[in-house]
Amino acid sequence: MTREPTTRRRREARTALALLSPTLVITLVVVVLPMLWALMLAFQRARLINIRYTGLLGHHTLENFAYVLGEPGFWQGLAVTLIYTIAGTFLSIAGGLVAALALRDRFRGRGLVRASILLPYVAPVVAATFVWQVMLSPQYGIANELGTRLLGWDRPVAFLSEARGELLGVTVPTALLTVIAFEAWRYFPFAFLFLLARLQAVPKELEEAALVDGATPAQRLRHVIMPQLWRVVALLSVLRFVFTFNKFDDVYLLTGGGAGTEMVSVRVFTLLTARDDIGASAAQAVVLALVLVVFLAVYLRSFAAERSPE
Amino acid sequence: MSPARITRDRVERAALRVLRPAVIAALLLGTAFPFYYMAVLSLRDVQSLILAPESALVPPREIRLDAYREVLTPADAGGQGFGTFIRNSLLVSAATVALTLLAAVPGAYAVARLRFFGRRQVHFLFLAVYLFPPIVLAIPLFVFFSLIGLRGSLAGLALVYIAQTLPVCVYMLRNYFETVPRSVEEAAALDGCGTLATLWRVTLPLSLPALTATGLYVFMIAWNEFLFALLFLVEDRDRWTVSLGLSQLAGAVEVPTTVLMAGSVVLTLPVVALFFAFERLVTSGLTAGSERG
Repeated sequence: MTREPTTRRRREARTALALLSPTLVITLVVVVLPMLWALMLAFQRARLINIRYTGLLGHHTLENFAYVLGEPGFWQGLAVTLIYTIAGTFLSIAGGLVAALALRDRFRGRGLVRASILLPYVAPVVAATFVWQVMLSPQYGIANELGTRLLGWDRPVAFLSEARGELLGVTVPTALLTVIAFEAWRYFPFAFLFLLARLQAVPKELEEAALVDGATPAQRLRHVIMPQLWRVVALLSVLRFVFTFNKFDDVYLLTGGGAGTEMVSVRVFTLLTARDDIGASAAQAVVLALVLVVFLAVYLRSFAAERSPE
Repeated sequence: MSPARITRDRVERAALRVLRPAVIAALLLGTAFPFYYMAVLSLRDVQSLILAPESALVPPREIRLDAYREVLTPADAGGQGFGTFIRNSLLVSAATVALTLLAAVPGAYAVARLRFFGRRQVHFLFLAVYLFPPIVLAIPLFVFFSLIGLRGSLAGLALVYIAQTLPVCVYMLRNYFETVPRSVEEAAALDGCGTLATLWRVTLPLSLPALTATGLYVFMIAWNEFLFALLFLVEDRDRWTVSLGLSQLAGAVEVPTTVLMAGSVVLTLPVVALFFAFERLVTSGLTAGSERG
């Protein structure tokens, strides 16, 4: 063992740290430390007016959690968030899969269709929610106009402000379904991108072999293509689940959290701004993060268990 | 091959021949129509909109630019003052892109090329930042920026955007740097270039597509962002970004739909135009690495 390699390694490590330091410092100061502080605020009685005197330590209490968990709308908010997240995740991935399969083979104008599909994902959320609001408006929305004129609806539907409505004789949570539809519409392009990239990397020989064996299109999809996609689908499920669970702006802009769409993230925001209750809002946020971690852990564990026998 | 199989194959193929174009048409309609409708409404007359909301066409002689005039006229001249908002958004987005790349490039290079203790942990940290709920982060940052008086400043907003986009950028750039052949860099090292000189003179020029893609991605995030803009800037109209300005417009009394849609077009157009100009680059940058399964 000569001394030369160790010093070179050490020098390399030092260079690496120097190169990474801007990123690490920013992440530490703007993400990690605030995160820890949020955790502490959740145990303090903090309001913006008295925050200067609250101090970092001391006066820790569980009051915020008791308050947040005891609020009448809390459990319903959590349930709504979960329904929204699971349905939104599923629909956006299913939509992305259908779109990726449809656009897999070349055709004239494919580039244009592909670009168009990405529009909902690329466009600013404020603009996208506004068009939806305008299109779904009960007074002058094109959806209701067409629905009442052509589809024979007996009255306009208040898609975004009606908590309960009727669909084919069944009572449905109208606004929640609309918000879920928006989520699926806005994020299926994300799944589409990843799935299309993976689809185009599937070796042609695999399918050709199946074709020679006489597999029908549905059989090829099920036994040849899907096995190649499951890993990407699994990854997308995690990403979409996390992002949808945390989602704030889409719902806030569409319904303001009204009509049975009060997600946990919207509650956090309301506690922080409208009620100026930093402690309660932090406690609510911590609960949100905890539920997310629990779900992720369960998912990753079952995923690992499923794969381990191989 | 049994006859049953052959018919099943034939039925499925026939179904696909109908289904595929139908799905493609539906996708095109579902994604493009809302934006088309947005543009049409922004050009229509308010009165005609109320009379015939279902009409998705605007005859050329009925095109009105009044809504755009109102949106872009400065606030003190009775308009909505989107000019100021555009300037603010551009400032924040440009600063975010420049500074994020400045920090991400060396960072990504280190992760891609150099051996050091904690290289794996760095990835974990970045993934955690990427997945962490922004709303949770919003609370302490809101409080902290209020305390030090940075709330209401565009610089504070840019700082948050930088922190939120950095991890993904490091990841995207690292994936690209790893595809640059080591031999090229080793040749530069033999010529006496140090790590930084190699990065600057060899790796970066080879990575221009990836830099463009990453920069565009950051620009899109910063331009579109709403939550932090709302939290930090809402009290001061002169600092509003386009997203925030537009959202506040909706809450104001008696703003016609045509004006709202014109504002939406102003907000959407820059980012969509940029995206289409570089579509291939951005999408390949975003999904880089997913091909590996």
